[in-house]
Amino acid sequence: MTGARQSSRSAGTAAARLGRPRAVAVALAALGLLPLGGCGVLDHGLLGAAGPVADETRSLFYLVCVILIFVAGPVLVLTPIFAWHYRLSNTRSAYRPQWGFNWPLEGFIWIPPAIIVVVLAFFLWRGTHRLDPYKPLASDASPVEVQVVALDWKWLFIYPKEGVASVNELVFPAGRPVHLSLTSGTVMQSFFIPQLAGQIYAMAGMTTQLNLAAHEPGRFRGENTQFNGMGFQTQKFVALAKTDDAYRAWLAQAKADGQTLDMTAYKILSARAVQTQPSQFGSVAPDLFKAILALDDAGAHAAHKKAGQ
Amino acid sequence: MSGDDLWYSLFGRLEAKALPFVRAWEHPTLSEFIGAGAGAMVVVGGIAVVALLSWLRWWRPLFLDWLTSLDHKKIGIMYVVLAAVMFTRALIEAVLMRTQQSLAINAPGIVAPEHFAQLFSTHGTIMIFFMAMPFLTGLINYVVPLQIGARDVAFPLLNSISLMLTAGGAGLVMVSLAVGDFSTGGWSGYPPYTGKAFQPGVGPDYWIWAVTLSSLGTTLSGLNFATTIYKKRCPGMHLMRMPLFCWTALCTSVLMIFAMPPLTLATALLALDRYADFHFFTNDLGGNMMNYVNLFWLFGHPEVYILILPAFGVYSEVISAFSSKELYGYISLVLATMAIGVLSFTVWLHHFFTMGQSADVNAVFGIATMTIAVPTGVKIYDWIWTMFRGEVRFTTPMLFSLAFLVTFVLGGLSGIMLAVPPIDYVVHNTVFLVAHFHNVIIPGLLYGLIAGYMYWFPKIFGFRLNERWGRISFVCWVAGFYLAFMPLYVLGLGGMARRSQALFEPDYRPWLIVAVLGAFLLLAALATLFGQLVVSIRQREHNRVPVGDPWDARSLEWSIPAPPPEYNFATIPHVDRRDVFYWRKAEEKTYRAAERYDDIAVPKNSWIGPIVGFAGAVCAFGLVWHIWWMAILGFLAGWTAVIARSFVRDTHRIVPAAEVEAAERRWLAQVAAARPVPRRLEVNSDNVGLAEPFPAPVPA
Repeated sequence: MTGARQSSRSAGTAAARLGRPRAVAVALAALGLLPLGGCGVLDHGLLGAAGPVADETRSLFYLVCVILIFVAGPVLVLTPIFAWHYRLSNTRSAYRPQWGFNWPLEGFIWIPPAIIVVVLAFFLWRGTHRLDPYKPLASDASPVEVQVVALDWKWLFIYPKEGVASVNELVFPAGRPVHLSLTSGTVMQSFFIPQLAGQIYAMAGMTTQLNLAAHEPGRFRGENTQFNGMGFQTQKFVALAKTDDAYRAWLAQAKADGQTLDMTAYKILSARAVQTQPSQFGSVAPDLFKAILALDDAGAHAAHKKAGQ
Repeated sequence: MSGDDLWYSLFGRLEAKALPFVRAWEHPTLSEFIGAGAGAMVVVGGIAVVALLSWLRWWRPLFLDWLTSLDHKKIGIMYVVLAAVMFTRALIEAVLMRTQQSLAINAPGIVAPEHFAQLFSTHGTIMIFFMAMPFLTGLINYVVPLQIGARDVAFPLLNSISLMLTAGGAGLVMVSLAVGDFSTGGWSGYPPYTGKAFQPGVGPDYWIWAVTLSSLGTTLSGLNFATTIYKKRCPGMHLMRMPLFCWTALCTSVLMIFAMPPLTLATALLALDRYADFHFFTNDLGGNMMNYVNLFWLFGHPEVYILILPAFGVYSEVISAFSSKELYGYISLVLATMAIGVLSFTVWLHHFFTMGQSADVNAVFGIATMTIAVPTGVKIYDWIWTMFRGEVRFTTPMLFSLAFLVTFVLGGLSGIMLAVPPIDYVVHNTVFLVAHFHNVIIPGLLYGLIAGYMYWFPKIFGFRLNERWGRISFVCWVAGFYLAFMPLYVLGLGGMARRSQALFEPDYRPWLIVAVLGAFLLLAALATLFGQLVVSIRQREHNRVPVGDPWDARSLEWSIPAPPPEYNFATIPHVDRRDVFYWRKAEEKTYRAAERYDDIAVPKNSWIGPIVGFAGAVCAFGLVWHIWWMAILGFLAGWTAVIARSFVRDTHRIVPAAEVEAAERRWLAQVAAARPVPRRLEVNSDNVGLAEPFPAPVPA
């Protein structure tokens, strides 16, 4: 009771002296609010899963968490119990200074961890194959093909079938799988939409792949997570899952945009700069993605030309 | 020859703008002022050290007694001092980064992006190469020869050269604060970002040469320690009778020998790309950055175990000593250590599950990674069962060990999560990963090294550290860790990318504020550690332990005076079982004069180490700035010194038998006059290092 009174009194004094360092007040408020408001942060990531890939990853995450209780539990329980029970001042505890080996105990400390690892390995193998980023998603609908080019410090999305392109805005129909082919027009980057799927690197001269989908129309945050220079922190993009109609409307609107994305336009676009607003291109030069891939691999490019002669 | 050409041939790429002070003058922003302030600290600090040394007239003793010394004990101490200096800088950088992140939510904050990028690059590089590595190398240096009953390491001069090369690398990182910029490519320095096409400046070159100097020093240290443990053990000290710390030191040394070359190779190839337009890791002309990533982590993963195994050794010693009990499962611990050493080379790919390899490859490496959890778990249980039916004393080193057991397990959990490739895909490159590796490295490595420092301090300097300040420091280290890093797990699951200078998500704010409070608490923890040292030095007369066994411990290093004589052992001990000092105490066969004493040869001091280290740093500085004459001069000077040394025949000094015997008899007189102290009074001034026999041993 005394403690409670004291703390309420000290809170009162703190309130009375609002002139105190604001940082302290903000910090205390933050600590107090964490359990209430702070957990919204988790909705931005895996736990706010909004597509089939993220759903399954989340289930795997929970499963691993449950198994890990058996790894951590005994240590977290036994350490304080043993340390306290066998403390020097406890004269009633047993003391066997020359005891240092016991066969059954050896079995107990080697075998259960090994069994846990075997169990985890089973789920790991299954999960890794099911959630292979290259594996096409099971669906009746054909996937939307998008070619992704990582630039400093923006993302270029090319829709080869539709002949449009956008920057910093990945638009796709909800409920339909999306198949991404990624490369980089600059240094290595990592493409990541936390609520939809895991990340994959984009590297110049190479193509990596990623499959994802969203259950419902929505707006998701995408980012590059691999540091690539001074605009890195601003290199975010919007992933917009739309209804079929809205997606078609967006394509039409993008097509209406007069600009063409050819090599010349790409060269201008790929200059190192931050772009804050999304933009679109109404037409795209054929095989631009292939040209970008070859661009960064002058060796292969030269060899190719030679073979063509 | 034009003026520009003359300037280039004399000063290479150096220009006025390389100085942060000039930059701050031209662009007076807060971020540039912070940069200039840091540079000024290096300059002013350097001048202050020079002035202090001159005022105290310490130049002669500094060089003649310390820097040129080949005594493994002094070299060990110098390694730890180097680690402490670099630790201070890197921890301040960490606090600055967290401060920036907590302020920069839809706001610019105080540190500009290019400075922020240098901060995380130097923080990581220093903490790994110039804090953790020197700290553990220093402990191994000091303790291992004493534990195996040796008078020195196998190659005392090489030991000095290793230290000075590492110090040269550390010096280069410090110089980069005052002249030019450091790399912005992080501690892993991935090309093509660090290639010439994207980073034409000096930053990556500073990183390449600092790391190269350090890794050369480390490779030589590994060779030295492994040879010492294989060849310098005293009679009867079979491998399976060595204290566990020696086993972990051996395993770490072997890992150093095999893991450092891939790093040296990776940085050398990157240097060829940058200096000679090679195309190992470039985007074009057949270069491939994936090769660098593989090479780097072929080093990088064993490196984790290079760091953590010696700390595991410390825990084995500390938990056994402060439980007044034999270590449980010695053979298990040895096997587990060696298993970890081997497995550590089979898991490097888990650092880049997201590079697009097939599911089969990812799954195999994921399973290999989880396999390491088995021997690691065995070790944890061995330490827990060591406390079982013991008499546990909660001294500060033991408190750190207990905090380690509990906290490290949490880091292990997140490690197993990251080993599952699909989970890694969603938290890789986020602050979840940052939380994970700090959660294993801080409790696993740092707590262990601090525990080791506190445990062996009385042996090294002859007096105990202040226990009260130690406890305050302990509370700061543990509370600071939880506050600083647990929020990062949450933020990482929320998708926050690591290395972000600014953030745009208001939901991150409360967690970032908690994290920055934790960072400040960790800084306070380091300050209290220094405070403890100052207070303890002032109280040293009350806390002396000349007899040398303040903790009633079990291995050979406690059987000699504190501080130990230059030659360690007056007579080389003979060992007939494990925990030999414990059994000698139990059988009352300790503290006896030998029948006869012999002359002892100890290595003479040598200037070669400091010369090679300085020449290496000069060569590296010349390479960074393209000052070719300086690079060539440094290179030649270092090698000339080494070659000249090989003609020196007279490398040892004799300590006469009479001198050894006199010192031994003085010590034995102190032992005879000392009053044995019971365990409950071991942190009182009654403790002069002579242990009262603990409850009579139960017949086996």
